[in-house]
Amino acid sequence: MTGELAIKNLHVQIEGKEIIRGLDLYVKQGEIHAIMGPNGSGKSTLALTLMGHPKYQVTQGTISYKGQDLLALSPDERARAGLFLAFQYPFEVSGVPLSRFLLQAVKARAPETKAQSNGRPVRRPLGQFRKLLHEKMEILKVDKSFAGRYLNEGFSGGEKKRVEVLQMLVLQPEIAILDETDSGLDIDSVKIVAQGVNSLRGPEFGALVITHYQRILNYLKPDFVHVMVKGRLVKSGGSELAEELEERGYDWILQEVGAASTESAEEKGADPDERS
Amino acid sequence: MSDHEEHLGERKSQGVAIAEKPQREGFERDYNKYDFRDPEQYAFKAEKGISRELVEKISAMKGEPRWMLEKRLEGLEIFLSKPTPTWGGDLSELNYDEMCYYIKPTGEESRSWDEVPDKIKETFDKLGIPEAERKFLAGAGAQYESEAVYHNLKEEWAKQGVIFMDSDSGLQQYPEVFQKYWGTVIPAADNKFAALNTAFWSGGSFVYIPEGVEVNIPLQAYFRINAENMGQFERTLIIADKGSKVHYLEGCTAPTYSSRSLHSGVIELIVNEGAQMRYTTIQNWSTNMYNLVTQRALVYQDASMEWVDANLGSHLTMKYPSVYLLGKGARGEILSVAYAGAGQHQDTGGKAIHAAPYTTSRITSKSISKDGGRASYRGLVKVVQGATGVKSNVMCDALLLDERSRSDTYPYIEVDEDSATIGHEATVGKVGEDQIFYLMSRGLSESEALSMIVLGFMEPFTRELPMEYAIEFNRLIQLEMSGSVG
Ligand SMILES: Nc1ncnc2c1ncn2[C@@H]1O[C@H](COP(=O)(O)OP(=O)(O)O)[C@@H](O)[C@H]1O
Ligand SMILES: [Mg+2]
Repeated sequence: MTGELAIKNLHVQIEGKEIIRGLDLYVKQGEIHAIMGPNGSGKSTLALTLMGHPKYQVTQGTISYKGQDLLALSPDERARAGLFLAFQYPFEVSGVPLSRFLLQAVKARAPETKAQSNGRPVRRPLGQFRKLLHEKMEILKVDKSFAGRYLNEGFSGGEKKRVEVLQMLVLQPEIAILDETDSGLDIDSVKIVAQGVNSLRGPEFGALVITHYQRILNYLKPDFVHVMVKGRLVKSGGSELAEELEERGYDWILQEVGAASTESAEEKGADPDERS
Repeated sequence: MSDHEEHLGERKSQGVAIAEKPQREGFERDYNKYDFRDPEQYAFKAEKGISRELVEKISAMKGEPRWMLEKRLEGLEIFLSKPTPTWGGDLSELNYDEMCYYIKPTGEESRSWDEVPDKIKETFDKLGIPEAERKFLAGAGAQYESEAVYHNLKEEWAKQGVIFMDSDSGLQQYPEVFQKYWGTVIPAADNKFAALNTAFWSGGSFVYIPEGVEVNIPLQAYFRINAENMGQFERTLIIADKGSKVHYLEGCTAPTYSSRSLHSGVIELIVNEGAQMRYTTIQNWSTNMYNLVTQRALVYQDASMEWVDANLGSHLTMKYPSVYLLGKGARGEILSVAYAGAGQHQDTGGKAIHAAPYTTSRITSKSISKDGGRASYRGLVKVVQGATGVKSNVMCDALLLDERSRSDTYPYIEVDEDSATIGHEATVGKVGEDQIFYLMSRGLSESEALSMIVLGFMEPFTRELPMEYAIEFNRLIQLEMSGSVG
């Protein structure tokens, strides 16, 4: 059965302020959806809510995956159900080597029959994991030394993004949310990351790609493009919609939906990652 | 332990005495004697409480030379005359009359496996501690030796002229060296508990590394541990001669169960010119224990000393590994971690005394407090006049895992030399919600995420441990984090 992430009439608050205001979206395995929209329209809020960040409060609506109520699941349960989020701003965890972390994540997602001998957990075939990790590192042109580096500590903005995608390739989710993974990347890196995402493509893999740029979509060839404004999806279409946005900006859509031009709309394409 | 007021005065004169070459002639190398003393020779359990007669009896039973008895009696006098320290942890409930001051470990004395608390047994299970070690660690086996491994190492050490034996045997077999150095690094008068140890000491290790010899495999007290060795008042003396290199490692991560409520060891180290020594301790005493330890190293010209110290258990630990940098260019490093859980107070840190020019020190302290536990950093950096070009850096990081837990920092800095560069940095942190969420978003459970972050926090310490210790240490922290260890 093809899994479907179903978001119905979603309302999300943060610190008492409503950010997502009635959003509907259906993402099936095998489909690529793109979400575009002005800064501050709630794209990251949606992403973090889908993954279950405790700060984001769902006040109305439902989210389900394969018929299962996601809102009842903790973030790790959602991950194990097949969801993945490539963070816009990945967090640093000092002293935790990337490979140790990923190995534990792999174990957590594919819990093996817990073989025990004399109370001591039997070692998993570590070699197999290493091989997988190295394979994926090659696809993303991430240097092998990153396996031993502490999670995101001292990584450049671009390196963080690549390592997010690396984690995705290793964990092989069913539905991935990529939150501005292409922001802050140079032209070649965008291509490499897109190739990484495409390496997962198939009937088992669906993605929700949040972006400001046409470039990555040229590689990913989304099936659907949505425009998010002030916590709602105001327009949906095919990949031609992305091209139109790239050309014309958001103003015409804002006018179409009767929203006044906002300051953030003028900043279209402004790269929030330049901060990092 | 150390009385803060008393730390320097005597030290310098001691330093001069020590600077002389150890007398190699005194070392009679009869390698057949490397086998450890038979612990079954006699059985004796002292009555509770302290007395001069008891000290005399212990010394007589051990067949000690006169001078040692005198040292013991002097220690007793000092112990009785000194007040119990009121700084550091709360010692007000320590009742000296209720304790046993000498227990000769024999088969009869050890408890049966059935008497070992279930909680401890469970932890052994989870840590995957082998059967033979469990019994020993729980005090239900008199002795544990990893025979095959140990035998080979022993031969190798012997070839190099390395001496590694328990202190009682050391006193018997190398009386001159013993008399020359014993109690010079930490005299009985240093503090009340050093005095107590001097009066009642038993067990511990005696190690001598000859000039220029590099011992590449850590000397592990673990291999040759006997109940007395990890006993109440163990006494260790290690001398690294010029240009030698040694790593001494003691303890283990598994909880060391003991019905005794006071552990007061004294560790004396001498690192001669150009020598390198590392001393690694991992202690996880049962939570009824007062762990009051004095450990100090005298470090001579261009020599380096590293303390790597983990304190996981006990009710109260007061322990401040010290380096006395007595020769030009000497280097000292103290890396310690402490975990304070429910009902625990870890009062730990380090002392670096810079008594010579161009000496450097680095103190790194990491603590975790959880379930109402308290971790304190207490440290002293002292630079004496004339010690020019000194560099010292202190870093303490505390991690609080809940609102009920506590951490404090008591850094003392005394600098009598303008050219010194002293750095001090302290942080107190909590585990961030975002970090936990990030790790959970990859499939780790909340407790897995928490323990991963805590392990990461400990990483600067863990990476200094030999592999098998690091694995065990990490496993123990994971158990603590998942709340399944009492
Ligand atoms: N943790 C937070 N605390 C307070 N306000 C927040 C927080 N996260 C997001 N917001 C607010 O919610 C709105 C939407 O933000 P976000 O979802 O990050 O937008 P986008 O990703 O589309 O740029 C913004 O006005 C932002 O300031
Ligand atoms: Mg965003």
